[in-house]
Amino acid sequence: MSFVMVLFALAALVAGGGALGVVLSRSLIRAAIWLMVSLLGVSLIFFLLGAEFVGAAQLIVYVGGTLVLVVFGVMLTNQGPFSGFQVRRPDWLVGGAIAVALFTAITTISLRAAKPTSDFADGPLPGAGPIGLAFLGVPEPGSSGHTYLLPFEAVSVHLLVVLVAAAYLARAKRRAIQPTEI
Amino acid sequence: MATLGLTPFLILSAFLFACGVLCLATKRNAIGLLMGVELILNAANINFVAAARFVPSLRIEGQVFALIVIVLAAAEAAVALAIFLNFYNSHASVDVEDGHDLKG
Repeated sequence: MSFVMVLFALAALVAGGGALGVVLSRSLIRAAIWLMVSLLGVSLIFFLLGAEFVGAAQLIVYVGGTLVLVVFGVMLTNQGPFSGFQVRRPDWLVGGAIAVALFTAITTISLRAAKPTSDFADGPLPGAGPIGLAFLGVPEPGSSGHTYLLPFEAVSVHLLVVLVAAAYLARAKRRAIQPTEI
Repeated sequence: MATLGLTPFLILSAFLFACGVLCLATKRNAIGLLMGVELILNAANINFVAAARFVPSLRIEGQVFALIVIVLAAAEAAVALAIFLNFYNSHASVDVEDGHDLKG
């Protein structure tokens, strides 16, 4: 057991345990906390893989942004202190069967397919600078030469549209009848 | 790191994906479904970054796609939450079973 394997086992335990906690916890706010644990584990995996920028973005955007949104949603739609819905037994059976089948299928395929590619000789992963240049349309010398300016612009326009849509959908409702007929 | 290989990351990602699917199948609260979707997107992200690490021709592509997935997940959560809040305003519930009367 090398040191890296121990680190991977720790991070995988955090991520997988958090995911199990999300599935198994009754109360929704506990599921949100377990989701935070799982996201932290995934960002540990990213740091372990050497993708520091993606790991930091995961921490900032997911743990700091998306999870806070989810907790706000739990807070605004909660009917009781520990209100959760009862899960029906057929749901557990069907969902569990689907999940186990998917897991075994993907695991079998990846055990068969992903053997030979442990190629690490060519240094660390490109950091924030090359990624930013690729997003801005400047190909890095020595790389494949693909750049991602169009996806970058599409994502930014998408974010703008989402911002407008979320503000429109969640706005405070006006009353349908104007209070002028008094 | 060279002892680890791509396979453990794929298996971890498969586990997260299965947990997300199970979450989608069993939770009846709409925000619980949102958490399941987040788990699934995280599983895809692990695959992307692991591919960036272990496949030499994907060194920058894997990270770029992972970043795009993170941004899209944040956007999806914002819109889904706005829709759920609207649904809660009109139905006083976030049970997805109550969404039956939304069909036209």
